[in-house]
Amino acid sequence: MIERRPGLTIFSHGTLIVGLMIVVLPVYLAFVASTHRVEDVLQAPIPVLPGDQFAKNYIAVLTADVANFGSAPVMLMMANSMVMALGIAVGKIAISIISAYAIVYFRFPLRTLFFWMIFITLMLPVEVRIVPTFEVVSNLAMLNTYQGLIIPLIASATATFLFRQFFLTIPDELLEAARIDGAGPIRFFFDVVLPLSRTNMAALFVILFIYGWNQYLWPLIVTTDQSMSTIVMGIKSLVQVAEAEPRWHYVMATTILALIPPVVVIILMQRQFVKGLVEREK
Amino acid sequence: MLKRVHFRHPYLPYLLVAPQLAVTIIFFIWPAAQAFWQSMLVEDAFGLGSEFVWFENFIALLHDPQYLNSIKVTAIFTISVTALGIGSGLFLAVMADRVIRFASGYRTLLISPYAVAPAVAGVLWLFMFNPTVGILAYIMQGMGMSWNPLVNGTDAMVMVVIAAAWKQVSYNFVFFLAGLQSIPRSLIEAAAIDGAGPVKRFWTVVFPLLSPTTFFLMVINLVYAFFETFAVIHATTSGGPANATNIMVYKVYKDGFVGLDLGSSAAQSVILMLIVITLTVIQFRYVERRVEYGN
Repeated sequence: MIERRPGLTIFSHGTLIVGLMIVVLPVYLAFVASTHRVEDVLQAPIPVLPGDQFAKNYIAVLTADVANFGSAPVMLMMANSMVMALGIAVGKIAISIISAYAIVYFRFPLRTLFFWMIFITLMLPVEVRIVPTFEVVSNLAMLNTYQGLIIPLIASATATFLFRQFFLTIPDELLEAARIDGAGPIRFFFDVVLPLSRTNMAALFVILFIYGWNQYLWPLIVTTDQSMSTIVMGIKSLVQVAEAEPRWHYVMATTILALIPPVVVIILMQRQFVKGLVEREK
Repeated sequence: MLKRVHFRHPYLPYLLVAPQLAVTIIFFIWPAAQAFWQSMLVEDAFGLGSEFVWFENFIALLHDPQYLNSIKVTAIFTISVTALGIGSGLFLAVMADRVIRFASGYRTLLISPYAVAPAVAGVLWLFMFNPTVGILAYIMQGMGMSWNPLVNGTDAMVMVVIAAAWKQVSYNFVFFLAGLQSIPRSLIEAAAIDGAGPVKRFWTVVFPLLSPTTFFLMVINLVYAFFETFAVIHATTSGGPANATNIMVYKVYKDGFVGLDLGSSAAQSVILMLIVITLTVIQFRYVERRVEYGN
């Protein structure tokens, strides 16, 4: 604080509160809608206080089957999302940390070429190569499988760069000492590099879990079987039902369930998240 | 790039990079090469054979009013999302940097929309803007405005822009707040002693010092608005009404998977690739510069 300006401080709090309301309002209203009967939601103006149907609606969406809603049960979709998000987060961290280790700690022919090939993936988001990538996955018979949901997404230039950047800050003396003690590359990796990388791995995990959970286009094209849909893409089938008006109370209950896991992760691991986000872009 | 001391091993380094490279080649480089190849082919009406036509698909695209419309829609959409997201993120970060009380509470809540999927953000705003049940639509209709994003193209555009920017504000907020906190207090104090008020200090000292962050965020937000907002569009408007929100990424998907026009879809993919390559190159040249400043 440079000087005392009570007026300005009040103004700051005021605008922050307005900002917060804009941030929280959509989620709050969705929660409110998810706790009412459908008749109450459809009647304008919609209620602004939670109703008494919380347990009933949530149990209904969590356990109902395909016949009822035109989509897979939410419980199943959440399980699929969880497998996909964990698979992507763990897979990306695992293959990135070993390739960064090779690139930083070994001298071998083609090293630079490999580095650039990994770099190129940054310029090829799935959105710009949708159809041919779909064909590859289809030829490998990976449609409607967890492998198909996970493996094509686990190459990661940003994670590799982050680990490379971090490895470069590990003092060379550690490596010299380890070699004198007779440790080979694998021993050095598990006993020195991996334990030192723990904070970076946690930071990346938060970001990658959210990334994996929130995937939309990829599950949309590689899953045609409803039992493989993920929750984030499943919401669309609830919104766009054949009848005139979606069952908003169920849609909103599903929406709330879809956003809880990543939001909980980000709130619990806020510090790692901010660190990971800011460091990753360096 | 490389350690002063390092290991030598005949095959271990290749084994270590193999998984990453395999995924990169099979699912990134090969499909991208395929897209380039297909973008120069035209399939015959029965899909039995195809003919190599050089750049005809691209020329056809640039004469297609639908595609030109999509470019225009994309331009409006990306610029609006970027401007709204960066403006609000900066404003909230400046306010959050000033306050001491409840600072961490504000921060936590303002960061959380980052975790909300673009598709979910779209559905949340679709619900509030829905002409029959939405609370915002109710308020606007109460004020005598006509509002129906399901029928009116401009209304639909406003809705998807707000939904897409809402989610991105938290990202911008995190970076602006980090940027603000790294500005030396002494500079701001010096300006205050010279008699500059808070607003003047912001525009003459703080904002110029934030310009690297702002520039970086502009690139990131453009990439976000170009590519990651597919889900917002698909989950809410499906490009409608009457193609008013048919952004380029959505059109590639629709032409490729629904329309099955592979040549045209591949040509659109190649155009999008050129855009993302340009943006990535700009971003990395800038990052190099920032590292120099840092030292």
